[in-house]
Order: sequence, then C-alpha cells, then structure tokens
Amino acid sequence: MAESIRVEHAAHHDDHHGHHEMSFLEKYVFPLDHKMIAMQYMFTGMFMALIGGFFAYAFRWQIAFPGTEAPFWGQVSPADYNSLVTNHGSIMIFWVAMPVLIAAFGNYLIPLMIGADDMVFPKLNRLSYQIFLLSALIILASFFVEGGAFGGAWTAYPPLSTKAEYSLTPLGSTMWITAVALEFVAFLLGGINFITTAMNSRAPGMKMWDIPMVVWMIVIASILFMLSVGPLLAGGIMMLFDQNLGTAFFDPDRGGDPILWQHLFWFFGHPEVYVVLLPAVGIVAEIITVFARKKLFGYKTVLYTAIGTGVLSFTVWAHHQFIAGIDPRMANVFTVTTLLISVPIAEMMFVYIATLYGGSITLSTPMLWALSFIFEFLIGGITGIFLGASGNDIYMHDTYFVLAHFHYTFYPIAIIGTYAGFTFWFPKMFGRMMNDKLGKLHFWLTIIPFNTIFLPLFVLGAAGHHRRIFDYRNFPELSYPWMWDLQALATYSLIVMLLAQVIFFYNVITSWISGPVAPKNPWNSNTLEWTATSPPPHGNWPEGLPTVYRGPYEYSHPDRKSSDYWPQNEPA
Amino acid sequence: MTTRATSPQIRLIAAEHGEPKVISNGVLGMLLFVLTEIMLFAGMISVFNIVRASAAVWPPPGQPRLPVEETAINTLALFASGLCVYLAQRRFAVSRPSARTPLALAIVLASIFVVFQGYEWVSMIAQGLTLTSSALGSFFYLIVGMHALHVVAALAMMIQTWRRHARGWLHPSQLATTAVFWYFVVGAWPIIYWRVYL
Repeated sequence: MAESIRVEHAAHHDDHHGHHEMSFLEKYVFPLDHKMIAMQYMFTGMFMALIGGFFAYAFRWQIAFPGTEAPFWGQVSPADYNSLVTNHGSIMIFWVAMPVLIAAFGNYLIPLMIGADDMVFPKLNRLSYQIFLLSALIILASFFVEGGAFGGAWTAYPPLSTKAEYSLTPLGSTMWITAVALEFVAFLLGGINFITTAMNSRAPGMKMWDIPMVVWMIVIASILFMLSVGPLLAGGIMMLFDQNLGTAFFDPDRGGDPILWQHLFWFFGHPEVYVVLLPAVGIVAEIITVFARKKLFGYKTVLYTAIGTGVLSFTVWAHHQFIAGIDPRMANVFTVTTLLISVPIAEMMFVYIATLYGGSITLSTPMLWALSFIFEFLIGGITGIFLGASGNDIYMHDTYFVLAHFHYTFYPIAIIGTYAGFTFWFPKMFGRMMNDKLGKLHFWLTIIPFNTIFLPLFVLGAAGHHRRIFDYRNFPELSYPWMWDLQALATYSLIVMLLAQVIFFYNVITSWISGPVAPKNPWNSNTLEWTATSPPPHGNWPEGLPTVYRGPYEYSHPDRKSSDYWPQNEPA
Repeated sequence: MTTRATSPQIRLIAAEHGEPKVISNGVLGMLLFVLTEIMLFAGMISVFNIVRASAAVWPPPGQPRLPVEETAINTLALFASGLCVYLAQRRFAVSRPSARTPLALAIVLASIFVVFQGYEWVSMIAQGLTLTSSALGSFFYLIVGMHALHVVAALAMMIQTWRRHARGWLHPSQLATTAVFWYFVVGAWPIIYWRVYL
C-alpha cells in the first residue's frame, strides 16, 4: 500500500488536469482520466462477452446436435465441453459483469454524477485496470497451454480443481485460480477508489440524500464485494498451495476438508450476485425516472432495501450446498434466510413499478431495456424461490431449471443492465446520438431469443435434464423427441441472439462516426453529468465544478412551472 | 485531520463552503482495505478452527510443539512497535521533528519481530514441521506466513514514511494511513497467536 500514499501525494501536489497536451500513450494506453479507464473496462468487458457468447454457442451446439461438427469450432470433445462451460461461466461473471457494471459504469458515472473532476486515487485506478487486463490475458492464455483450459466448473470444487490426475489440466487449473485472484485484487483497488471518491469528493451542497441512486448502488456493491472477497482470496491461496506445493487443505485423505472450499467460495459467491445486481438496479432507477418524468417513488426505501439485501446476502450462501452433505437442520436455516432475501428485492421491484405508475412514459431504447430488466428479473427472482426451498432443491439441483433460473437473473443484470446504461449514457460518452430505430430492432432481436433460449430450459430441467451431461443420446429417458426439439430451439435462439449483436456494434460504430451531435442534456435529465459537455473534457468541468441545490429526481415538480425537470445544479 | 482534496480547485471550493472531510482520503481508503484484510484473516482462521475441531487427535502426532513462550516475548516487541507509532503520531501533532525517534524505534522493533520469526521458522523446519508434514504445518505456515508478509509490507511503508519525514515532506494524513495499516497488523497478531499457537 506504499503505492497509494505515493499516489495520493502526487495527486495532492501536482494538478494533473490538462495543462499540457498528452501523448497518445498517456491518453489512451496508460490514462489517469476516469472516463478513459471506464472505456478501457467497457470495451475489454464487451470483447470478453463476445468470447463468452461464442463459447456458449459451441457447447450449446454439442448439446442440441451431438456428434455433428459445430460450424467455426469443429467437433466438441468432452474435454472441450468441460472447459467451454467452465470458462463461459467464469468469463461472463468475472470478466464481463464485474468490469462493465461496476468498474466501467462506476468509473464513468461516480465522478460525473457527484460533481468531482476525477477519482481520488487516479494512479490506483490505472493500476486496477492493468491488473484486470493481465488477469484477462491469463484466462485467455489458459486455452493454449498443455492440457487445455480448466474444466471443473466455475465453482472449482476440489478435488477436481486441486488434483491434476482428475482434472487433466495441470496448468489450466492453476492459471484459472491465478486469473480469478488477480481479478479480485483489481476490483479491490477499484472498490477502495469508488467508496472513497463518493464519500470525500462530492460537489459542494450534495448531501447524502442528493446522491443519485446508481452511485449509492455502486458504493453498496463495492462494500459487499470487499467484505466477501477476503475468505475466497484465502481459499484461492489454499487452492494454489494444494495444486502446486503439495499441501492438503482440501484433501480428506490427509486431514483436509473439500466442503470447506465450497463454504469459502459461496461466502463470496452469493454476495457476488448482489454485487453485480445492485449497479444494474441503480442504472434502471436513473432511466425509469427520466423516461417516466416522475420522482423516484421512495428514494430512501430503495436505499434501505439495498442495504438490507446486502446484509442478508451474507447469510444465504449454503443454499448452494443443499446436496453437499450439510446438516439438514442448517439447510432449514438457510432456506428461511433465502426466502427472506426475496422480500427486499420484491419491494424494490414494487417501488419501480410505483415510479412508472401515472408517469408520462417515453418508450426510447434505454427505457425498453430498463423495463425489460424489471420484467425478466422478476422471472429469475420468482423461480429462485422454488430453488431456495431445500426440499425442492434436492430434486432440482444441477438441472437446467437451476441454469435457466440464474440466467434469468444474470442475463438481465449483465446484458440488459449494460445495454440500458450504455444506450442511455452513449450521448455523454461519445458526444453523438445513437440510431433509435436500429437500437429498437437490436432490443427485440435480443430479448425475444433470450426468452426462447431459457424458457424451454425450465421445462427440460423440470423433466430431469442435468446440466453436466455431455451427450443425451446415452440417456434414453432424457432423449424423447420433444426434448431434442426444445434443446434445438434453445440453440437456434442463441445463434439468432448472437447474430443480433452485429446490429448493436454496427449502430455503435456508425453513430460514433456520423450520428447527430448530442447536446449537453439530450434526455432533459436532472443529474450532474448532463451539465458537462458531451463528451466531458479532462477534468469534467474546466469552467468550475458545479454546486448542488436539490435531489436528483425532481421531475414534474409542482413548484416548477417552466419545465418538467429541475437540474440539481440550478439555483432555486 | 486537515482538509484533503485532489486538486487546488476542489480544495478552494471546499474551503469556501466550510465542509472539511471527516476522514482524509488516504485513511478512508486504508480503512476499507483493512476491512478486506480482516475478512481474509477471518476466513483463514475459521477454516483452521474447523479443521482443528474436526480432527480426531490434535496436535497431529509426531509433530513438534510450537514455541509458545518465545513467541510471547516476540509479541511484546510487536506491541512496543505499535505503541511507538502511536507516540510518533501524537508527537507529530505537537512538533513535527520530535516524531523522528519513535518512528525509527518502531521500525527497529518491527524488524526484530520479523527476524526472530524467521529464526523460529528455521528451527521449526529443522524439527520436522513443514508445509506438507501435517495440517498443523500447512496452516501454521499459511496463516503466520501471511501475517509475516503483512509485517514486511508495513515495514516498507514505515521506512517510506520515515524517509519522507526526514526530508520534511510528511503530511499528517500519510502518517495516519501508515499507522492504520500498522495497527491492523499489530492487532491481528494476538488473535493469530491465540488461535494458532495456544
């Protein structure tokens, strides 16, 4: 941590804000500017999402059409299948959801929304991205080492992950755990930065209840991450020792215990769901208030329920282990806490619906994404209640029902939440407006296939399809023709959905180059980032930082006759 | 604590509006880092407790006893070092140059702790307690080794702080940031000693 002191010292003594022309390297490769670091995280995350999506395509092809060659991949071998599903999960959570939702939006939005010129520790911020990039390179490189990439599922349960004679990936499993540990260190540095900035660098006049909801959500998510990541880092170190130094932390033959890893993993793994959920929920709050022209219904309610969810999320982890041989009495306790955690989340959803009620709604592209988030996440949440009950979970465990459930939570979070935020803040980020027609086409071609991928999987899961099976032809009772039809429907839908992303990238590139120039505040929004130029320059407000006079959601205020919004920085 | 800010611009505005920060950036950042560190050690110690409680015989047969008394004396050196940093902070607030001696003393005492622990490790290995010899050995070197790494990192921070002080560049919040981390490392040790050695 000597670094942070040096950094702080440097930031304290020299003003690094744009008094000299920066070289290409300074500006784009090793930037200190929070917006550029956000873009690095954003585009690295999107690149990793393409890789994770391609992996999904390859193994979905194998499930629906076993024995045939997947175009652009070839025959999927059992070892391929294992490493593809493992790395699809790992990449989508650690290298897509985390960097985009927390790091990219956090870096971009926090200083702009609280009226600061940059993060408080800019060099720590740059270091965070560099460590993250290194971890991404390590996970990608693991596909090209001897034995191939790790294939023991993203949960990495021992002994599959610790013993090379079982996993057959001696180097791959070490690279996997190293990459994950480095990624955690990167987000640790980012989290320290986000919380400290939001607490210490707010614009004058911005009180606690004037902070936009998305900033609060990223701060709470960072605190959750920092409280939960320690035990998993400890577990990661122990796993590295087991793999490479011959210790026996997780080896029952020599006095260890493999279940301990599961506890350490899920103690982090469950709060992690809320770590990525809360920023997405915050993004949706910003969008629905702007496009319904209404005040957020119950600002403090949302905030308190988010904190309540965070606290509860530390008490539910063993619901992932109902069939791992834990004491049934303990399973009862975890069933109760798991069902309880649906209460604050349901409350949050009701608050959002109440915000929409009676508003004058504009169905723009970001609004469509935000509304679909509420709708799809509800399906994910409700199916979670089935699985939270331990009696039911014993039958449902590891079936496609579980898989469909968590994709109905993670997809709205990571993909829908990202598209909602990206299309909403695109004018600010790039200074151009996006094409709304193409945006809507992309929305429908993404959201319909998403549902036709995962709705059939609920049915298949209830019928007994198990997620670890490589070839269903070996299981006659799981091979009825209607089952094959549903599996094929899911795979075809996935291909349509992946192809639809071409529209998105085409839209981004053409809008960036030749879209209509964006004004400062295209959506007539209240929050501070819309008072900076689009895109904001280095230092955000070179003419002087804004001063805040009111909360962020004063839309259609009765005392305000001139317009239906009231910017936070406008004197009364 | 004085008002800290990232640019003269912000500092000016903050001063105008009279809103001093409750905790400086460095100290707040370090406190958050320490939060994660507490959970890291809590994770390792709880796992060790579970393994220890579920073992049929403890300590594992044929393994040497850990040096309880010698380490207790060494613990005093660590405590004394923590106390010196506290004194340095108090003196720094009164007159800056007078913090020099306690700061130097803290570095010396922390070094004594590390060197003595290294010596202890050498003799433990000679007696047959290694990373792979038993669960006791694995956890001993994992937990105590992780703590030793933190002592070394804190030492590097203290030396940096001392050099800054010698050149007259030391800011009160920098001293406080180092102190927060050192108090954590010192404070974590009695718990480790209690759970691992006793």
